[in-house]
Amino acid sequence: MRIRIQNGRIIDPSQGLDTIGDILIEDGKIKEVITQKSKQKLHDKNKDLINRKSCTLDGVSDDCRIIDARDKILIPGLVDMHVHLREPGFEHKETIRTGTMAAVKGGFTTVCCMPNTFPVNDNASVTEFIKRKASQEGYCTVLPIGAITKGQNGEELAEIGTMRKEGCVAFSDDGQPVMNSLIMRRALEYSKAFNVPVISHSEDLSLSEGGVMNEGLLSVTLGLRGSPAEAEQIMIFRDIVLAELTGGKLHIAHVSTKGSVDVIRNAKKRGVNVTAETCPHYFSITEDSVKGYDTDAKVNPPLRTAQDVEAIKDGLRDGTIDVIATDHAPHHRDEKLREFDMAPSGISGLETAFSLSMRLVGSHILTFSQLIEKMALNPARILQIDKGTLGVGSDADVVIIDEKKEYTVESQKFISKGKNTPFNGWGLRGMPVITIYKGKVYEW
Amino acid sequence: MLNNKDLLGIKELSVEEINLILDTAAGFKDVLGRDIKKVPALRGKTTVNLFFEPSTRTRTSFELAAKRLSTDVINFSVPTSSVVKGEGLIDTALTVQALGADFIIIRHASSGVPHLLAKNLNASVINAGDGTNEHPTQALLDAFTIQEKKGKIAGLEIAIVGDIMHSRVAKSNIYCLTALGANVRLIGPPTLIPENLKAMGVSLFHNMEDGLKGVDVLIMLRIQLERQGKGFFPSTDEYSKNWGLTLERLSLAKEDVIVMHPGPMNRGIEIVSEIADGPRSVILEQVTNGIAVRMSVMYLLSGVKR
Amino acid sequence: MSKELMNKKDLDRALTRMAHEIIEKNKGTSRLCLIGIQRGGVYLAQRLAAKIQEIEKKEIPLGSLDIALYRDDLNIRKQQPVVRRTEIPFEVNDLKIVLVDDVLFTGRSIRSAMDALMDIGRPASIQLAVLIDRGHRELPIKADYVGKNIPTSLRETVEVQMEEEGVEDRVTLRKSESVEGKGAE
Repeated sequence: MRIRIQNGRIIDPSQGLDTIGDILIEDGKIKEVITQKSKQKLHDKNKDLINRKSCTLDGVSDDCRIIDARDKILIPGLVDMHVHLREPGFEHKETIRTGTMAAVKGGFTTVCCMPNTFPVNDNASVTEFIKRKASQEGYCTVLPIGAITKGQNGEELAEIGTMRKEGCVAFSDDGQPVMNSLIMRRALEYSKAFNVPVISHSEDLSLSEGGVMNEGLLSVTLGLRGSPAEAEQIMIFRDIVLAELTGGKLHIAHVSTKGSVDVIRNAKKRGVNVTAETCPHYFSITEDSVKGYDTDAKVNPPLRTAQDVEAIKDGLRDGTIDVIATDHAPHHRDEKLREFDMAPSGISGLETAFSLSMRLVGSHILTFSQLIEKMALNPARILQIDKGTLGVGSDADVVIIDEKKEYTVESQKFISKGKNTPFNGWGLRGMPVITIYKGKVYEW
Repeated sequence: MLNNKDLLGIKELSVEEINLILDTAAGFKDVLGRDIKKVPALRGKTTVNLFFEPSTRTRTSFELAAKRLSTDVINFSVPTSSVVKGEGLIDTALTVQALGADFIIIRHASSGVPHLLAKNLNASVINAGDGTNEHPTQALLDAFTIQEKKGKIAGLEIAIVGDIMHSRVAKSNIYCLTALGANVRLIGPPTLIPENLKAMGVSLFHNMEDGLKGVDVLIMLRIQLERQGKGFFPSTDEYSKNWGLTLERLSLAKEDVIVMHPGPMNRGIEIVSEIADGPRSVILEQVTNGIAVRMSVMYLLSGVKR
Repeated sequence: MSKELMNKKDLDRALTRMAHEIIEKNKGTSRLCLIGIQRGGVYLAQRLAAKIQEIEKKEIPLGSLDIALYRDDLNIRKQQPVVRRTEIPFEVNDLKIVLVDDVLFTGRSIRSAMDALMDIGRPASIQLAVLIDRGHRELPIKADYVGKNIPTSLRETVEVQMEEEGVEDRVTLRKSESVEGKGAE
């Protein structure tokens, strides 16, 4: 099956491309990327040979789908290195099938699923289960992230090597920090043998102390226990120092505060091997969204203040933060419809991430190319996978964006089982309209 | 007219609404002075007391208020175990509504529960205390008592003493009294008074003698003995020595100071008996006023068109 | 469109006559008290009490009664009635109460007032004094003392303004838009 996507604006930071052109796909791989310049050259040379109906410049062929991408943007399929697919164990919240379907709708063709499933993905059998389910029912590439410690209890290292072989691309106890510094040290050291990043959910539990929102005047006036920004900052600092000590590859998950961004920035200046990610909610809304006790705004790390939002944007702009991931955390409606402090934390983010992130381009925090770096190229590089690029020979994971399309977020219509989002009702602009995964076309 | 069908907190009330509730309460206090302390105003309506936390004092006060307005009263005391499991909060509330409740008076250990119910039910939801958020009718009856005794609230020096951080009564009082123009002081150990409350225009005192100078109204809070084990203060003895109300300390306030307490009191810890039972205390009047204020709230809520 | 029914002088003369009638019918002021219905009757009761005191040289007990909580139309009205003060600083048992109101119309307010009084005590008797009787009774209620009888249509309202409210004494007849004038009683 051949596909020719015509006349789109191709933005591929891996090749330094931002130009009008065509993409040719054959057998699930990218066959050719034809930019305007090269088209013009060939056109002049071969005026008679070009058959407009054919997909290739040499030879004639009719079994080819042509997609007109005029006024659209063509980007590599996005890579989300932080999602919770909930399977095995929590299928009422999401399954690999529904989660990957939602991912594809959001423009993601590769997702990395966190291990806090039930059972925890702390051994090769669970990893194998996830991979198998994904290949049978998934709509995109699913790369599992294995647990750092057995049962994610922070006490004993899990079988990192074996899980790596089985297919885990990174390790994390996400949902939990590794509180014990010695264990975190060992994890960073040991991971070097397998050349995998250790992803840290950085939170000092003794300081966050059951907090359900950001600590501040608002948490006092709402009567909700607060988790101070320092609980995140202190742990990030510790993790970075341990990364320096061990030489391991550290990736900081879901950065949410100004203090954290400062710590990471300084570490990078010193040359520490650390990368960091943030999520759309941390640069789009503040703790004010919790007013009225809206559990859809309950997330961990919690929504912070306006200064923190500005600091996250600065961190994205100056490269301190390398990745925008979703931390897609779907929950069942009944679980969220209850007392604020009992409700589970999490936002269902796959289907709104791209549009929310595009606002950074609109407000000149990032160029479009830089946005694709954060959402596709950098995650791929950190995980050392051959994704996030439109280079010839790579998987045909291409997303067609209509940057002018305006729509209103309707959570009830989400493909994900999780309808929990504080962005319901928001008017957004710019969204994927077609996602091609290994040559398979998904449109809606 | 009140603007909303529910009373969730002082934060959600405008100054006009607060004054309306207090003015109307005066009319209801007249009823309580009669032999027949009952009026037919809300005859046929049903009030459900949905108390997820034990409470005799507040529940009885609401029950009396509801009965004096001629409503039918049902008491649901939900056992603690199902609170811990968190099971069926919404389900319980919907069941209660299906039984025909017009008023649901709710007390719960989690902040924000009244708001959740109000969103999902047609009945008027009245917050009788939610977590560490608010206890609005307590603040309203306190304001009513102060106004009765002092003739005004604006410009008064009012001190709240004790565990502000964990006290929903303190929070509601802070919001109410500052909205009505009083100068509010918070007195207590640093671990129990959140610094960021300064942003609400109150002054913080950690030394009780300094804080009590020239005070018109003293609101003493109950010190929760459980806080002792968690590092908030080393012992009730030390607390009492530094922040307990004694006759000596009381003399630093104005001569006509009034002493208030939401109850129940830890006699000898935060307040000595001589003051609690003395001439400056209005603690028992707070109790009577509580019924009038709650009647006022229920009457006014019944008039809000759905 | 409005028409003046009584001016300051008319009002004063009517009240003076009513005061004399009250004293005459009750053969003096023994065990007599005046209770004004909020809001319209309160100032009138005060004035009547003052006049009675002038005539008999005796002070009679004076109170005010709020009837909002006893109304029969609480669920129907658009605007919830304001609850005002009931100040009756004396025992009503075995007293002859003269209820005072400004305008007698359907009679429902008076019914509410009597229910309220019954919950307050057991008076020996209740009499009714009104400044204006405008007809259209819906209950078997009759005034004992009337300032002026004014036949009205349901499209009209009667307004009583008093000096104590900051305006000159005046009774006005106004044509209203709808028949809903009744609810405003």
